[in-house]
Amino acid sequence: MDTILKVKNLNVELDSEKIIENLSFEVKEGDVLTILGPNGAGKTVLLKTLLGVLPYKGEIEWMPPTHHPKEIKIGYVPQRLPFIKDIPMSIEEFFKLKEASKKEIKEILNSVGFKENFLNKKIGELSSGQFQRILVAWALIRNPDVLLFDEPTSGIDIGGEETIYTLLAKLKEKRNLTILLVTHDLSVVFKFSNFVICLNKCPICQGIPKKVLTPEILYKLYGEEVKFYEHHRH
Amino acid sequence: MEHFLLSLITGIFIGGVAGYLGTLMLSKRMALVAGPLGHLTLPGIALALLYGFDVSLGAFPFVILGIILIWLFEMRTKLPMEALTAIVFASGVAIAFLFLPIEQVETALVGDISKVSFWDTLLVSFLCLFLFLIIKKIYSKMTLINISEDLAKSEGVEVKKYNLLYLGAIAIIVALGIKVVGGLLTAALVAIPAATSRNLSKNLFQFSLFGLLFGVISSLFGILLYKFSALPAGPLVILVSTLIFLISLACKRRQ
Repeated sequence: MDTILKVKNLNVELDSEKIIENLSFEVKEGDVLTILGPNGAGKTVLLKTLLGVLPYKGEIEWMPPTHHPKEIKIGYVPQRLPFIKDIPMSIEEFFKLKEASKKEIKEILNSVGFKENFLNKKIGELSSGQFQRILVAWALIRNPDVLLFDEPTSGIDIGGEETIYTLLAKLKEKRNLTILLVTHDLSVVFKFSNFVICLNKCPICQGIPKKVLTPEILYKLYGEEVKFYEHHRH
Repeated sequence: MEHFLLSLITGIFIGGVAGYLGTLMLSKRMALVAGPLGHLTLPGIALALLYGFDVSLGAFPFVILGIILIWLFEMRTKLPMEALTAIVFASGVAIAFLFLPIEQVETALVGDISKVSFWDTLLVSFLCLFLFLIIKKIYSKMTLINISEDLAKSEGVEVKKYNLLYLGAIAIIVALGIKVVGGLLTAALVAIPAATSRNLSKNLFQFSLFGLLFGVISSLFGILLYKFSALPAGPLVILVSTLIFLISLACKRRQ
């Protein structure tokens, strides 16, 4: 598979505080890359930098995938949108902010498991699980090549969490997606991804999760012993 | 009668657009910003009253100054907006009272819509139509920015450009708003119709439409009440708006 993203010597500084230092990695087409680290490690900042909304030093190079050699399209699923529930808005209107057609909206809603009668539902009335699915669907409008996903587990009950990962796995197959995922949940890394970057401001490790995530590395990453280091497989 | 009609038209145009813009300001959690901006214009209003030119014209440079201050505070520092509100409020009112002629105090503080001429009305109507079209054009992108600037940027929205247009629209509506409600009550002119609308609307279309309608209705009935009473129009417009808000609260409870 071809390389879709090359990052070299990435440094990010916000309010004269170093958030990310000397990070280099590559992502191949079809990868599911997890960015793992404790709170405040700079995971979300890394995602936003890759998205192009934060200033940085170093190199970030996105390369268009082979099957349509035009410009690469990136979908972004933010961690949370705390203000959206204060704005009266239907689901259809939320998608129209992205200039999606009604047909497109219906298709996308179907693919994340919603029926058409959801179009007129008010965003503020959704459960957090439903809202997260809507955010995934929103990111999928215009068929992105890459999905950047910030902390999919946060604020969702186990049932909802289960569906968001099965849903992501399904969508990845169907849509040829490359996925970059921020998490602090180890089970997600083992179950779902084929490449991991451990980050605590400085890069700590990167590679295939089962090979690189040793107890020593995890100790270094989280600064304490992590007992739960490989999720039992079903 | 002709004068009254001009007041009514002017009031309705300004009230409607203020309510419409107010919904965007409420989404951005900035609805009260029109307050300190209004207070800041008081020295300009005082100058206008002193030398006999249009109050909105006098207010405009001050409102621009206020917008620049807000921009500096919001974009450049982490200082809370309350600090700005307190400083601007105090300075604006204090400076104005240094030279505001005492018999003009009421006009400066709560407005005097009866003073508008035919040409004023024509100009205000044009400006309001222009503003309405600008706001309509930026509404969708601004809503996305209000939800999340990062999300908007990731969609390629030029956030700075839209924020500038939005702040410009606020400047104009505050400068016009002081004709109707003076320097003290501008926050109410934009915030109350929007808050009422949020209580009652199920979607964004209703939210913006009801904001505009409640702005229009408040001005209409406020100025009609002024015609049949000896009371000043500005406070009446705001009180009608408050009454509609209270009714909307009751309706919301029942839902």
